[in-house]
This record gives sequence, C-alpha cells and structure tokens, in this order.
Amino acid sequence: MTQKTFFLNMGPAHPAMHGVIRLILELEGEKIVKADVEIGYLHRAFEKHAESSTWNNVLPYTDRLNYVSPLINNAGYCLTVEKIAGLAVPERGQYLRVIASEVSRVADHLTCIGANAMELGAFTVFLYLMEGRELLYQLIDHLCGARVTTDYCRVGGVKGDLPAGFAEKCGEIFPKIRKFVADSEALLNKNRIFLDRVEGVGTISKEDALAYGITGPFLRSTGVPYDVRRAHPYLVYDRLDFEIPVGSRGDNLDRYLVRLAEIEQSLRIIEQCLKTLPAGPHSLAAREVKEAADFEDMGKRGNTALLPRCAAKTCRTLEGAGREHTSGILVQEPAAVLPPKEEVYGSIEGLMNQFEMVMWSWGARIPAGEAYQAVEGGNGELGFHVLSDGSDRPYRVRCRPPCLFIMSALPKLLRGSYVADVVATFGSVNMIAGELDR
Amino acid sequence: MILLAWTALKVGFALSFGLGLAGLLGWVERKQSAVLQDRIGANRADIFGFRILGLFHPIADALKLISKEDFAASQVRQPFHALAPMISLGCCMLCLAALPFGANFQAWESPVGLVYVLALLGLGAHGVVMAGYASGSNYGLLGGLRGVAQMVAYEVCLAAILAGPMFLYGTLDLAQAVRAQAGLWGMFSQPLAFLLFLVAGMAASKRIPFDLPEGESEIVGYHVEYSGMKFGMFMMSDFIENIVVAGLGTALFLGGWQVPFVHLSGTMGEAAMVASFCAKTCALLFLLMQVRWTLPRLRFDQLLDLGWKNILPLALINFLATVWGVWLWR
Repeated sequence: MTQKTFFLNMGPAHPAMHGVIRLILELEGEKIVKADVEIGYLHRAFEKHAESSTWNNVLPYTDRLNYVSPLINNAGYCLTVEKIAGLAVPERGQYLRVIASEVSRVADHLTCIGANAMELGAFTVFLYLMEGRELLYQLIDHLCGARVTTDYCRVGGVKGDLPAGFAEKCGEIFPKIRKFVADSEALLNKNRIFLDRVEGVGTISKEDALAYGITGPFLRSTGVPYDVRRAHPYLVYDRLDFEIPVGSRGDNLDRYLVRLAEIEQSLRIIEQCLKTLPAGPHSLAAREVKEAADFEDMGKRGNTALLPRCAAKTCRTLEGAGREHTSGILVQEPAAVLPPKEEVYGSIEGLMNQFEMVMWSWGARIPAGEAYQAVEGGNGELGFHVLSDGSDRPYRVRCRPPCLFIMSALPKLLRGSYVADVVATFGSVNMIAGELDR
Repeated sequence: MILLAWTALKVGFALSFGLGLAGLLGWVERKQSAVLQDRIGANRADIFGFRILGLFHPIADALKLISKEDFAASQVRQPFHALAPMISLGCCMLCLAALPFGANFQAWESPVGLVYVLALLGLGAHGVVMAGYASGSNYGLLGGLRGVAQMVAYEVCLAAILAGPMFLYGTLDLAQAVRAQAGLWGMFSQPLAFLLFLVAGMAASKRIPFDLPEGESEIVGYHVEYSGMKFGMFMMSDFIENIVVAGLGTALFLGGWQVPFVHLSGTMGEAAMVASFCAKTCALLFLLMQVRWTLPRLRFDQLLDLGWKNILPLALINFLATVWGVWLWR
C-alpha cells in the first residue's frame, strides 16, 4: 500500500504566518514529511536604500528592521558608524542607549511570548502581555516621541536626554509588568496542556544550532550561554550586573522559559542604569558649520581655539566653484553629529546647521574604512557591517538579521512534527519579517 | 386543539430557548472574556443611543450575517457545500426537543431520549466532515477530518460516561432520569461521571481546549470556505451544541428542573421548574464558556489520547463500579 502525501500551503495569508512568510508543507495525514520556507515577502531593499541616504538618514530605515524592538537596531547601526569614525559617545549617552535597548528587548519578548501563547489558543495570556507591552510603548513614546518608529539614536549620541519623570515612570510601570508576567506564568507554567504542546517540540541540538549560526534566546535554550552583551561587550554592558539564562533541551518550552527569565534580567539592567546614570552631556557636541572664508578669517585673527569646534563648509558642487578658497584649509572632518533638536527648532543657526547636515552631499563625512559591530537584538546577534568610502553616505551596509539563521533551520525543526506544532515552533522563532527580509 | 396549542407552546419554547440563548451566548462570550482580560468588550451597537452593555450586538451580528452576499468560491462542491451547515444546525436543533424543561414541559417525551440526543450529536459530525470535503481546500479537509475523528472519539466516550448514571437511574428517558434524582443529584452520586461528562461535552461541542476542527490560528478549519449566514449557521450550531450539552448535564447530573427542598406543583410550579432548569443550564454554560479563556488548545494526537486512553477507560471503570455498587446495595 502506498501512502500518498499532499501539500499544504501555509501563508502568506495565514493567521499564524503573520502575513509575511510562506511555508510549503508536505503532509502525510497531519504529519509533516517535508517543509519549505519561502521568504522575501517584506523585502524593502533596506541595504540598497542605505547606500543612497546620508549617514544619519539611514536611521529611520533601521526602525523598520525588527519593528518590535527598533531601539536596539538604532543603537546597533550608530555604534557601527561610530566605530568607523572613531567617535566615543559620552557616558550618559551610552547609558541612555542601554536603557532604550533593554526597554525594547522586554517589549520584544513580551510580544513573542504573548503571540506564541495566543496561537496555541491561550488568548488571555496574549492580552495580559500586550497590556504590559502597551505600557512599555507609552514609556518609549515618552522617551522619544514615537511608539514604533523611534529613531532615537544618532551618530554621536542620542536624540535627547531622558524626559522629566522617566525614572518615576519606570518605577511605576515595572511592577505592573512583573505582575503581568507572573499572571501569565501562573496560567502557563504548570498548565498540562501548554506543557504538552511545547515540551519536546521543535527540539534542536547544541551542535546543530551552532552550525546553523543561530544566536539569541534560541541558541541559549540549547545551553550555550552566548550573549553578545557578555561575549563582546559594547556600550556599558560590562559594568552591569545581569545573568544570562540558559536552557538545556533546546525545545519550545526552554525558549519560552529563557525569554521569560530575560525579561526580568532586562528590567534589572534598566533599574541599575537609572540608579547609576552619570551626569554630563548625552551626545557629542555638534560643530557649527562655517563658511571656508570665515575659517580663513578666524585663523588670521588668531581665533585658533574656536577652530576645532567648527566645521568648514567645503564646496561639494561638481564645478568646485569655491575650491580655491578651501583647498588650503586644514580642518577636521565636518561634524558627524546632528545639532540638538532644541537648537534646530530654537535658533536660525541651528536650523541652518541641521539643514546643511541632512542635505544631500552636504552632510557629515565619515572617514573611509569598514567596521562590523554586533549588538544583542531581541532574537540574537544583530550585526551591521558598514563600509565607508569617505563620502557623506555609506558605500555598503550589510545587516545580519538574527532570525534569518533560525528560519533556515526551521524545515529541520518541523520535519516529523504535526501541523499543529508549526504554530508553536514558528512562534518560538519570533520571526520578524522586517529584519528577516530587510 | 388545546393539545395542539400546548405542543406548539412546548416546541416553540424549546426552539426559542435554544436559538435565543445561542444569540445571547455570543454576547456572553465577548463580555465574559472582556471581564477576564481587563477589556471593555463590544459596546458600540446602539438603537436610538441606547447601548445596554452591548446587548444589541447579537442583533447587529445576525443582521450583518443575513444581509451578506451568499458567496461560494469556484472550487467548492455543490450541493454539499450548501447542505453541510443545514445538517449541522438541524441536528443540534432537533436535540433541543428532548430536553426536559419541566415535569410536563418536554417537547418530545420519549423513553429513549438520551439515545436520541447522542445519536443526533453524532449525526452532526456529518455536517462538519461534509463542510470540510465540500470546501475543496486542504485546510477545510484537515478540519473536517479532525472534526470527525474527534467527534466519533468523544461520542463513544459520552455514551460510556453516561452508561453509569443511566444504570443508576434505571432509564434512558431524560424526564425519568430527573425524577430518579429526587433524593440525590447525579453530580453527587456520580461525581467522576460528572467531571468526565464536562470534559467530553466540551470536546463534543468543539470548544477550546478542544476546538481543533476550527483551530483558528492553525488551520482555520472546516468552515474556512464559508461566509455570511452559512458561516453563521455553523457558529449557531456550535452554540446550540453547547446548550444541548449543558441541558443534558442539567438533566442528568444537576437534578433537572428540581429545586432542592421545595416541592413544586401546579401551573406556577411548572413555570418554576422551567425557570430552574434554564437557570441551571445557564450556570453550567457559563462554566463551560469560562474554560475557553484560561486554557490553550490541545494537539490532535494528544486529544485522541485523552479521549481513547484516559476518558474511555475511566468511564468504563466508573460504569463497572456503578454496576457492582448497585448490585451490592440491593
């Protein structure tokens, strides 16, 4: 007797596929014989777009990578550019970036766990956790004026300091989030049905996970304590006290538990940061852009102390009309840092400065070079490899999206399991099409 | 003539109880989940500005479903596609006839009332599998297959579970079964059977954690190709199945129309009986519905394991224990 298999096309229009991915399943009854993943439904040419935007104008695009934790993407990109330019952000700015990243991470994990629970049928857990995320989104809104398209970091710093009452707001919100998490734990952790659905499902071994290049909570669930924040510390993570939760079996349950534990660790990090937040500027000072002729005058008048604080407006037109004025001037590269918003909106000089900085072919120039910088994103190692040819925009930006590598392992994870396991396993991948397809 | 009117009244009451409550359950489901989940729930439908807690939503829903285009995709198989919802809804509605609302207020008094209800619940599975087959879609087919495997498994379980109490009461007549509980309600004399009945009843009426034939986040289910009132009919039949299961539970385990320590007689007594039966059914329904918002969904193999390997043996043990108990007692 021959058993016939049939195909089931899951997605892109399927409730569990989040509308942006397609799984082609070959089924034998309800058992999956073969699974194929088709990606690319949300391809927006992020990397190509970046090549035609000035250094700072790439930032809004990074918001759209992992749109559940955009603040981490912002920080990752800025860190890479700063690495090429050799800029060191003031300490306060680094703390602010850590705070922003961790708030985002909590929101990311809450979304993942909630959506996963909902797809298994536990709708109440989803709504509890979404309420927690809503509080965090309000906090992010308070911080940078937007809920999702945060655009908070800048090359050389952050958009602005913490708003008044931010720490108090955190103190108000965090107990609530811990309560929501505890409520959800009470509904799920000892729930026989939930455990049956996730325990031993979607298992991956340590070796396989490493071979596929998987990082983040997914890798940690197999027992490998690799966390970019600890393995290759950036910002001020080496000064903070936090644990890296790991699992042992590498199944859906472990991934759920790792994410739950990481929420608590992230909240702890934010609390530490708020306690030890140093005073001082949060960003590098923007340099005033002056006409080349003014530079000459300043030099002639002996105003040399002013020179490093200003940037020369060198002529970048094709004709090179003003070249004879500027060729003899030896100044530092024009500032990479955008002026603070208060100045942009408050004074004509600031406005002109900002305008010239963001204008095509007039903006900051990052010295030629290349750098790779990874940050720990919601799903794992989020890396940016940026190449500069010394012009006002990146020559090439390559983004290493963490969930691409997990998705490549998905067919292996699904083989032999049931159709119903697809939603559990796929949910635990926390695929975000924004960063997967870029 | 009077007999005809009396029968019409009984039938009319059973039907309007089922259909009216089914509509209301949609509202209950929304509001109950809203309270559980810190939400407000549906409250926007209004008539002249009156909203009364969103109670107009069932009416608005019904109007919307009825006035929607009766659409069928090109790949569906007619006439099965049109027939399936009718079978589903018809079978459930026929079940209502056997519910003993009062001592003399039962639409169809039958010595085999229980068998009749179980048989019709089983027949309802035809609607599900037919809908799945007629959809011409693999999702629908999977849903239909799941539905029929699940319903067969749990019909067997239901019959095995109810064998115990039926042996105790010595009848298959639902009204007689209620009378047999005059001293002690079934939920106290048959506690295990009552618990198993709640589980199997939920499974038979396809609610979370047993809503695999629908599984809205996995396969959407057997009614994936249905819209408008045809989909509404499936939804109605799910709600009516719930009502039937709750009514059956009331009749077999909660003492039916009886009110503890009160002797009811006369016309007013009959009305009180009906009210008591309805109240108990609603309470049981409320419990059944609440489960949905606290539990996730089972997987298909786990569901069948639960039915065949856990509930069925327990039910048989309960039956044997009942038989031996009754034999020793006498």
